[in-house]
This record gives sequence, structure tokens and C-alpha cells, in this order.
Amino acid sequence: MSQHTHDHGHDHRHPPQPDIDSEPMGYYQIMGAALGELLIEKGVITADELRATIELIDSKSPEGGAKVVARAWTDREYKKRLLENGNATVDELGIEMPDTHLVVVENTDTVHNVIVCTLCSCYPRMLLGLPPDWYKAHAYRSRVVHEPRAVLGEFGTELPDDTEIRVHDSTADMRYLVLPRRPDGTEDMSEKELVELVTRDCMIGVTLPKAL
Amino acid sequence: MRGIHDLGGLPAGPVDQAEHEHGYWEKRIDGIRLLLADKKRRLITVDEMRRGIESLGKDVYDKLSYYECWTASVTGVMLEKGVITTDELGRKMAEVEERDKARFEGG
Repeated sequence: MSQHTHDHGHDHRHPPQPDIDSEPMGYYQIMGAALGELLIEKGVITADELRATIELIDSKSPEGGAKVVARAWTDREYKKRLLENGNATVDELGIEMPDTHLVVVENTDTVHNVIVCTLCSCYPRMLLGLPPDWYKAHAYRSRVVHEPRAVLGEFGTELPDDTEIRVHDSTADMRYLVLPRRPDGTEDMSEKELVELVTRDCMIGVTLPKAL
Repeated sequence: MRGIHDLGGLPAGPVDQAEHEHGYWEKRIDGIRLLLADKKRRLITVDEMRRGIESLGKDVYDKLSYYECWTASVTGVMLEKGVITTDELGRKMAEVEERDKARFEGG
């Protein structure tokens, strides 16, 4: 939107952005743009603050969570602290979660954990970035709590019959992160190399990390 | 009675694993919400935001995309609190729409 409000001082056309510029704005896109402009005009927020906030959103990705997991795999004391006090322990790696309580749940040889938010879309965004579409969608939210094995199967994840599956329903105030099991055959890998193995989906609990 | 948002345990089809890159307009409403909720402003809480979404009505809730729901909710709460008025919003939306239409006119 901003590109159509600023003054170029010269006459050129922006390169088209597919999916954004090729179609007229939808009703709610117009509403969002109008809301933003009104709040800026009224001085409730500033354009700079909005830009900085969008940059902050863009800066969060699953790499943050992966660093936490790799540290926990290589540092026994760190892992102990992580399971006891999630917030303070991810903060050690520079990840702040000031407004929500973080609970890290550990996968073992007998227990597998999966996270969901059945009521909306609560997600450890500071550790994983924005949630994938399916995490917010009706099918995942409805089904993973009562048929987790079937849902995991759709993600290609088959667990032994005697593995206990625990599904954790996140809330506005409490977020979960799955600490996956360190894959076999990674004993010689450094913490940095291990980070590469830790995917977003294995920290949600729908897949397992694999040795490359 | 079960709320429209209360989906846990209901029957549903396969999980569609397709994902999309977030567009600017999606991150913009997310950014607006974060700013309005911060300690400096405290103009919306998570609970107000959710109440706004959960009271959209089932038809709307099922039809709108994720960030469309957010837009409806955040805008609704700002109207309720008098941070903006319906008049201002209507005028500004017309202005934004006109500007958008102009992109498709005159080559």
C-alpha cells in the first residue's frame, strides 16, 4: 500500500508483484490498509513503528527454536534447565518470550509430543516464526487431539504402537515447544551441524528429525 | 453450546499441507495488532482480540481467511473503543479503494 502513497518525484511504474498487484484489493485488505492509515494519522502508532514491527515479525524463524534444541542435545545442564524453566532458558540464547509461559516437552523412547491450539492459533512464534497455514486450519485443530496417529501419518510419521502420544493444547498464556529426540548416527556432529537437522515440523511434533 | 472457534475433536477431512508466503497486508495487520497491544498503548488484549474473532458468526468465521478474521476483529475493537469512528473508517476505506482502482486505469 505504501508504494502508492509516497511521492517518487519521478515517473516510473513499480515492477508488478504477483498476487498483490495483479488483483484489486479485497474488502478486508482495504479495511486493514484504512485502519493502519487512520491509526498513523491520529498518532496512535507511527509509520516507523509499524515498519519496525513488521521487520521484527520477519526476523523470527524456526532457526531460533533449532538453536535451542541443538543446545539441549549437546549440553545436559542446558536441557535440564530448559525443561524446568523454558522462558529463562531460551532467553540464554537471546530469545525473549515476555508475555507467555513456555513449556518444553521432551520426546523419549516411550513418549512422543505434538502441539496444537484447538481454539485459535497460539504458537511459539518467538521460537518458530509465523505458524504454517495447516496449524491454523480447521482440519488439524479438530483432528489432532482425537486421532493424532492418523494426522501424523499424513505427515509421513509412523510411530511404534506402544509409543504414548501426548497432544498439548496451547493457550493464549501458555506455549509449547517439542524437544525432539536426537537422531541416531549424529554422535559426532557439532552443535552447529545439529541445528541443520532440526526442522519447524519436528518442533511442532508432526515429524521426526532425521540424520542427513 | 460449543463456540464457533472450539474445533477440538470435531470430524474433519485430511490436513491440507499447502503453505503460502505471508503477504504484506497480512503482516501489516499482525504488526498493527502487536503495536496496539504493547505496553505503550494497551488498546487491545489477546482476549479482546479473540472475542472479536469468536463473535464473527459461524458463516463469516468459516469463510474468511485467517488474517481477514484478524482484520475484522482488530478494527471492530478499535471502533468499540472509539479509537476510530465508523465515519472515519468508511471514508478512509473508500479512499483506499479509489487509490487501488486507479492502479488499473489508464494503463
